[in-house]
Amino acid sequence: MLNKIRRRLQNLRLAQAIILVCILAVFTIVLVLPMFALFSKAFLNKAGEFDGLSNYLTYFRTPSLSVSVWNTIDVSLVSTVVSVILGFLYAYALTRTRIPLKPVFKYTALIPIFMPTIVHAIGLVYIFGRQGVLSGLGLELYGRFGIILSEVIFTFPQAFLMFYVALEFADGRLYEAADSMGISAIRKFMRVTVPEVRYTVVNVFFVCFTLAFTDFGAPKVLGGSYNVLATDIYKQVAGQFNMNMGAVVGTLLLIPAVLSFIVGRFVSGKNSGTISAKSTNLSVKKSRKRDVLFFALCAFVTLSFLALIAALFMGALTTYYPYDLTFTLKHFAFNKSTGGITSYFNSLTMSLLTAVFGTVFVFVFAYMMEKTNSFGLLKKFGGMLSALPIALPGMVIGLSFIFFFNSKSNPLHFIYGTVAILVVSNIIHYFSVPHITATGALKKLDKEYESVAESMNVPRWKTFLRVSVPLSLPAILEIFMYLFVNSMVTVSAAVFLYSAHFKIASIAISHMEEAGDIAQAAAMSLLILLVNVLMRLLYETAVKLIKKKAEMKEKNYG
Amino acid sequence: MSFLEVKNITKQFGRQTALGDVSLNIERGELVCILGPSGCGKTTLLRIIAGLETSDSGRVVMNGIDCTDFPASKRNFGIVFQSYALFPNMTILGNVLFGLYQKKGVTKDEVRIKAIEVLRMVDLLEHKDKYPRQLSGGQQQRTALARAIALSPDYLLLDEPLSALDAKVRVKLRGEIRKIQRTLGVTTIMVTHDQEEALTMADRIVVMNNATVEQIGTPREIYNRPATPFVADFIGTMNFYRKDGKTDAIRPENIKLADRSGVYDVTARVKNLEFKGASTRIYGVLPDLDDILIDVPSETADEMRLCEDSTMFLRLSAEHLVHIPAVI
Repeated sequence: MLNKIRRRLQNLRLAQAIILVCILAVFTIVLVLPMFALFSKAFLNKAGEFDGLSNYLTYFRTPSLSVSVWNTIDVSLVSTVVSVILGFLYAYALTRTRIPLKPVFKYTALIPIFMPTIVHAIGLVYIFGRQGVLSGLGLELYGRFGIILSEVIFTFPQAFLMFYVALEFADGRLYEAADSMGISAIRKFMRVTVPEVRYTVVNVFFVCFTLAFTDFGAPKVLGGSYNVLATDIYKQVAGQFNMNMGAVVGTLLLIPAVLSFIVGRFVSGKNSGTISAKSTNLSVKKSRKRDVLFFALCAFVTLSFLALIAALFMGALTTYYPYDLTFTLKHFAFNKSTGGITSYFNSLTMSLLTAVFGTVFVFVFAYMMEKTNSFGLLKKFGGMLSALPIALPGMVIGLSFIFFFNSKSNPLHFIYGTVAILVVSNIIHYFSVPHITATGALKKLDKEYESVAESMNVPRWKTFLRVSVPLSLPAILEIFMYLFVNSMVTVSAAVFLYSAHFKIASIAISHMEEAGDIAQAAAMSLLILLVNVLMRLLYETAVKLIKKKAEMKEKNYG
Repeated sequence: MSFLEVKNITKQFGRQTALGDVSLNIERGELVCILGPSGCGKTTLLRIIAGLETSDSGRVVMNGIDCTDFPASKRNFGIVFQSYALFPNMTILGNVLFGLYQKKGVTKDEVRIKAIEVLRMVDLLEHKDKYPRQLSGGQQQRTALARAIALSPDYLLLDEPLSALDAKVRVKLRGEIRKIQRTLGVTTIMVTHDQEEALTMADRIVVMNNATVEQIGTPREIYNRPATPFVADFIGTMNFYRKDGKTDAIRPENIKLADRSGVYDVTARVKNLEFKGASTRIYGVLPDLDDILIDVPSETADEMRLCEDSTMFLRLSAEHLVHIPAVI
């Protein structure tokens, strides 16, 4: 009898079930419950009574508040259109032309990813601001124009990367067939190239729009009197302690992400199937006119980004820009009042913790979802949870965490104000991309590895550590790097969650800028850029080494 | 009591029936092929026997012990998959050792000796320090086999083990697998969709179609006495002749041929000839306009100077006629 029960338990794969339930429980606590707290706040009045839609009515009846909705849509739309066009052309130049310096162009396009959005804005201040290098142009940086410019810088790398992936592989046969029919270059572009990327265009559009719509850094520095939702939410919560109105704005911030989620569901799956094993590589033909045009475009974008960096260097390394241009390192001696160098080390600590715990969480979760059979219902629930974070902007996560974790009755209240809450919010905020990376890597592994190991009586954890982990190492490193870099630059969620005891560098930059220590802000930005570039280099070297080792294993010596 | 008894297994995937009441018995030391077209449920059956999949109902009894609720790790079988599923980050020796190290109460030296022994058996000893991707498909296949037999399993399960290989390598490996299986005397179940593989290797064949077993028998029984129209049609080529709700059938190579009338029973017209090397296939038409296929040695066809529209005389001897109960 006892034997029979034990057998049943073995068959249930108890250990796996426990792990899966734990992961899902953690996910629920840090994702679902805070969101619930946020939504309930939006429908309560200040006394905490249910108030229906009255908060929303108040919001839309107050012109000074509701104008932000239109402002946000306006700047997001314009910057998205610019980014989509620019990103496409840039990716096209790097994949379908014969311009020189492609690697240089590719890596400089990624520069904005390595810095907080606040820093883009500060760079712009140095260039177009009242005392900027190009102030003679008379452009009014503060307000709509500045925000748009900054959002373009922020969203361009995302647009470029997505288009790059879509354009990188082309089926040469289609172009050869078109050539053999004597079809003109423009028609070829319209009828072959454009259909290849049309779903990517939709995706890129929504990704950029959502990013711009929910960004806090750029409008914080450049907004002036031009209000957008992300700055409103901050003013409502941190300025006026109007939590209910903050929650209302928070739910509004969700709209584009939810919309893109729905459209994404509709569009996904239609994008594949154009490239098959029979596809041949596309050989790009010579065209001097085309290459000159695209080279000029790439050079312009690259130089702009380099100028942004140069401006930061100039600000950080001169005594008192623009009046005293002698070299100095004194701006790296940060004022204690705005965070000091401690904030930098705090950021490093937080980012490392996020990367370590996040990578483990993401990879184990993806493994449980991909490589276990049975647990149908639990896995369905897991699938739903894992699709959620992509729709959540950092500001919303930050706000919902305040509502949930700051409540005195919450037994998890103790993590409030510590590094832990920042790490958890980062993992949730940046969950989606690593999740896709991990799932993709695991899908590529033979699904029979587990079966073979089980037939040999090898325990599952051993197969996981000896087979799945080593074979997914490049993906694991990518996830680690992604989480680290993004944690270094994050502002949105952290702005609600940092405490006076634990301030991080990106927040410190914003405080330095507020206090007028813009040179120190530039100096701190450079430190962030430095560590992120180092991390990226480390990652690239590691992946190269792994590849080399794998090639050694393939080389025949027999 | 058989060494392995599969009793009334059923399995649904959503609305689709993968297995509908499948039963079979396998004796100790036998090599049994489960043969059927893709999607007939044969791989699902193998996975249920292995414990990698659970059945909706039915029992799997191994050597008298009901194993239905046992996980795969408790069933003591070795398995080889179509993809081989070799661990690419381990050497050939490492792949074999990975399972052996789990064994309790044996020293490291004993484990190594065992690994070397199986690698010698599959003739891969000299490649033991290479990685899977450095080997040819056939060598990888043998590595998977070595890994599967290293733990001295009671059962060896082979899931389409040869279908990823070139035709020539496949024929060579058939013999090798059979030889190793005989040497070890390990009870083996092999899933395949290749009838030639099944006919040449198996002691007994289980023919499956549409989630059910059509026939179980020796290769000769299956070929010469097919129990259902499906079996007759799926294995080899068969001429069917329907009359009064009954079906008679005869293999093309069992039809005798002559160029003039006499003792021969049926006249037919040649519609088309297909030269296949050693043999020639004749596409004929009977007087009642039914089609008939005849295989003759190419030499015979040449001697008889057969060509399109020529008349031939056929003998369908009773000993070769197969009566099939059901009608297709």
